[in-house]
Formats: sequence, C-alpha cells, structure tokens
Amino acid sequence: MIKTTEPALTGSGSVPFTAKRIKIKLLTRSALAIRITLLMLALLTIIGFLTFNYEGVNFIKGVLATLSNFKVIFLQPSFDHVTFLGAIGELLITLSLGILTTLLGAIIALFLSLFAARNLSNRMTSNIVKELVAIIRAVPTVLWVLIFAVSAGLGSVAAVIGMSFHSISYLTKAYSESFEEMDKGTIEALEGCGASWWQIVWQAVIPSSMTSMISWTFIRFEVNFGIAVAMGAAAGAGGIGYDMFMDSSYYYNLHEMGAIAYFILIVAMILEYGSVKIKDKIRA
Amino acid sequence: MKHDLLFRKVQSLVILLILVVIAYAAMIITQFDIIQTVTSIPKAIIWSVTNFYPNANSLAKIPDIWSKLQETLLISIAAASVASIFAFVFALFGSRVTEINRVLALISRFIANIFRNIDVSIWALVLLFSFGQSSLTGYFALFVASFGFLTRAFMETIDEVGADSVEALRATGASYIAIVFQAVLPMSVPQLISWVLFMIETNVRSATLVGILTGSGIGFIFDLYYKGMDYNSASLVVLSIVLSILITEWISNYVRRAML
Repeated sequence: MIKTTEPALTGSGSVPFTAKRIKIKLLTRSALAIRITLLMLALLTIIGFLTFNYEGVNFIKGVLATLSNFKVIFLQPSFDHVTFLGAIGELLITLSLGILTTLLGAIIALFLSLFAARNLSNRMTSNIVKELVAIIRAVPTVLWVLIFAVSAGLGSVAAVIGMSFHSISYLTKAYSESFEEMDKGTIEALEGCGASWWQIVWQAVIPSSMTSMISWTFIRFEVNFGIAVAMGAAAGAGGIGYDMFMDSSYYYNLHEMGAIAYFILIVAMILEYGSVKIKDKIRA
Repeated sequence: MKHDLLFRKVQSLVILLILVVIAYAAMIITQFDIIQTVTSIPKAIIWSVTNFYPNANSLAKIPDIWSKLQETLLISIAAASVASIFAFVFALFGSRVTEINRVLALISRFIANIFRNIDVSIWALVLLFSFGQSSLTGYFALFVASFGFLTRAFMETIDEVGADSVEALRATGASYIAIVFQAVLPMSVPQLISWVLFMIETNVRSATLVGILTGSGIGFIFDLYYKGMDYNSASLVVLSIVLSILITEWISNYVRRAML
C-alpha cells in the first residue's frame, strides 16, 4: 500500500541517514473527505455565529441567567398550578399517547415492512415503499400533527395520527431490515414445499424476527414518549408537556418547571434503562 | 411437543390480550376516538389537496422563508459542531477506556445522562427565560440536546475502537495526551464525524419544533403563516423544510460513504 523506495543498505548493514521524514500519514480519499468535512463544519459554524440574529441579547448575561435558572429548576422544584397527583395523571396521558402511537405505528409498519423487505417482495415495490417512508420522515412530526389538527381539531386524535407517521417510517425500516436478515434457505425450502406467501410470512419470517421486532418497538416507544412531551408543548396534544408550556409561557414559574422536569426525567430514564436491558438480552 | 405448541399459543394470546387492555386504557385516558380517527384521515387528505399547496401569492414569500431557512440550517450545524467538541472531552473522561479517574468518569456520565434524557422541547422552554425570542435560544436548546446525545454516542465509539490500541500504547509508556491524539482520535474520527452528521440531520428536524416554541427560525415563520391561516405559504415552508432535510441527508450519506 505504502510505496516508498527502500534506501540501499551500506556495507555495514545500517540504514543510511535520510534527511526526509518518513511519511506515515497518507492523504487517502477518506482522509481528504474527513479534512474537507471538518473544514466545512468549522466554516459554517463561524458563518452561523456571525449572522445569528442576536436581537440585543447579551451572550454572557444570558448564560449566567440560564445557570441561575438551572439552579432554581433543579434545586428548588415545587408544585403550584398542578398537584403532585395531577402531574402523575398528566404523565399518564403523555405515556398513553406514546403507547397508542407506538401500537398504531407498529401495526401499520408490520404490513408496510413486508413490502419493503427485499426477500419478501420484488425490487420495485421494495424501493417504492422505502422511498415513500423516507419522504414521510422528512416532514417533522410537529408539522404532521399541526396539519392534521386543522381538520381533526387539536387533541389526542391529531396528535396520535401525526406522531404515528414517524413511527411507521422508523419501524418499517427496522422491521424490513430484520426480515432481510432472515436465512434465504428457509424461505426457499418453504416455497419448495408449496407454502403460500402468507404462510411463509406468518409461520417463518415473523416468528424468527420477533425478538428484534419487539426490541425496535420498545426503543420507538422510548422515543415516542419524548415526542409526546414535545407535542404537548408545541401542538396542544395535552399531557405533561402542555403544563410545561404553560409554566414557561404564561405563569413564568421556574419552580414548577423543575418539578415537571424531574417527573419527565425519571420516566425517560426508566424507559431508557428498559430499552438498554432489552437490547442486551437480544444481543446475548 | 404438542403441549409445548399449545403453551406457546396460550402465551402469545395472553400477551396480545395484555396489549389490547393497555391500548384500551390508553384510549380512555387520552379520550382517543377510533371513529373520529378513521373519518379524519380522508378529511385531512381532502383538506390538504384543496388548501395546502403553494400558490402564486405565497411564492412572493420565498425570500423571507429562505432567510429563515438559512438561519435554521446554520444554527443546526453550529449547535452540533460546537457540542461535538464538548462532547468529545466529556466522552474521553467518561469512556471506560480513557477515563482519568473513576469519580470524574461517573460525573461526566451522569451529566450526559441528564442532558440526553431531557427532551429538546423542554430545553427550549427553559432557555426561553434567559435568552428570550432570539436565535440564541434555539441555538442553545439544540446545543444542549446535541451535547447529551453526542457524549453518549462518542463514549460508545471510543469504547469500541480504543480498547486494544490504548492498552498497547499504555504499555509503551505513552503519555495520556499522546494516547488520545495519536491513537484514540485518529482511529475514531470517521465514526465521530458520522455521528456529528447524524446530529445535524436530527437538529434540522427538531429545529422546526424548537422554532415554534421559541419564536425563531423556520418554525416561527411556519407558525406565523399557520396561525394566520395562510396555508398556502405554510405549505411552502413545509416544502422547504422537507427539501432541506432530504438534501442534508443526501449530503451526509455521501460524506459518510467517502469517509468510511
């Protein structure tokens, strides 16, 4: 790979002194790509900082204020407009939104992924489904929710439908990839026995990828909880995110924000712990 | 054998039943109505076909949208890039391979854990207090979220890549700085950049949400048109967001392929 002219050995066998440094790093295509990427990122970051719309905000003052806000949020949490039990109820709403979204997404994704998997469908169908799913993902969740809210009204229906789009897209990709991992011989053997396509899917493909499907679904549930919090704040989906939004934008109540932040943090950590455990179990 | 089969059938039936009960409970809690859901989908399609498209009027707003989009893209990139520097330092302290001491490692892991598990929307709401409705609020919200995610991702990358070479270099008596800059960094750089690119993609996606909450960038301009019921212009904003996300994805995939 590294082509260097070898220095001729002198009589004593020692390598003669060469003034040129030995080149140990080569500028390969990959190294070049890395350098250009880093340079571009640095450049765009600097341009960003120069063109930001600061609107008279003092950077240092803002950071100091943020730090003191953090202190209030994390060290002096208290409830004011919501009670402790009320917050748990709101948390349950958010969790329920996450559950409904995940289930709806999983059911639809299950069918879509059968068409997206290369080994179960043909090339064209697979490509069409995969492209479709990529375009669905390009519209941010909050926009899906708001677009549906116009005709369905703000509330759980618009939230669940809107949030399901990304779940469908994500799970379709995950499921179809685990279907594609399936041993080709099994499918061929079943086809040889005269099994129908549906029989192959229900008796062989889905049972054998069940564990990885469950793990992906749970990981998605964890993501959906976070999204449900955000949709409560930004798209009027209700739940704990909405309380957070009210505290931030109307009551200016940092103490209650802190209490709610702790609630969300605890649930998020439990969910993360769960998905890590499931991942480990499946890897083992 | 037959008994075993029966047992498995019963087991999957029970799991299915539990799921149905949970789903039903969730529907009651959120007052989710299936019939309304089914009827609202065709309604939404009809509505978007008849109302949600860019018209000649909205095309005049392209310069406004473009300047906001540019701002949003730059914020997303700047947040991910600057966060990656901090994340790398924290990942070094937190990684099992390169940790300096145990307490420091636990602290940096704990900080990353908290920052990652609080959603970007919450950061946006908290930062709104001190930075008001400016680009900086959006920038810091994305920065904090990027920092949490990247620290975790970098830590795992360093754990995966570094173990053997770090041990080898340590045996030769290399200093900590030498180990980091001669072994860990060069070996993991393509992976790390790949994560940063992923983070930029994620940031562009969440920038809309953050913008709606903090009144800045592309999210703000969408909210403005949406609340003003100027759906033609709003659809143009959606279109521009979709295009920029697809292009960002395409570029980062291209770079990733060139790098690895």
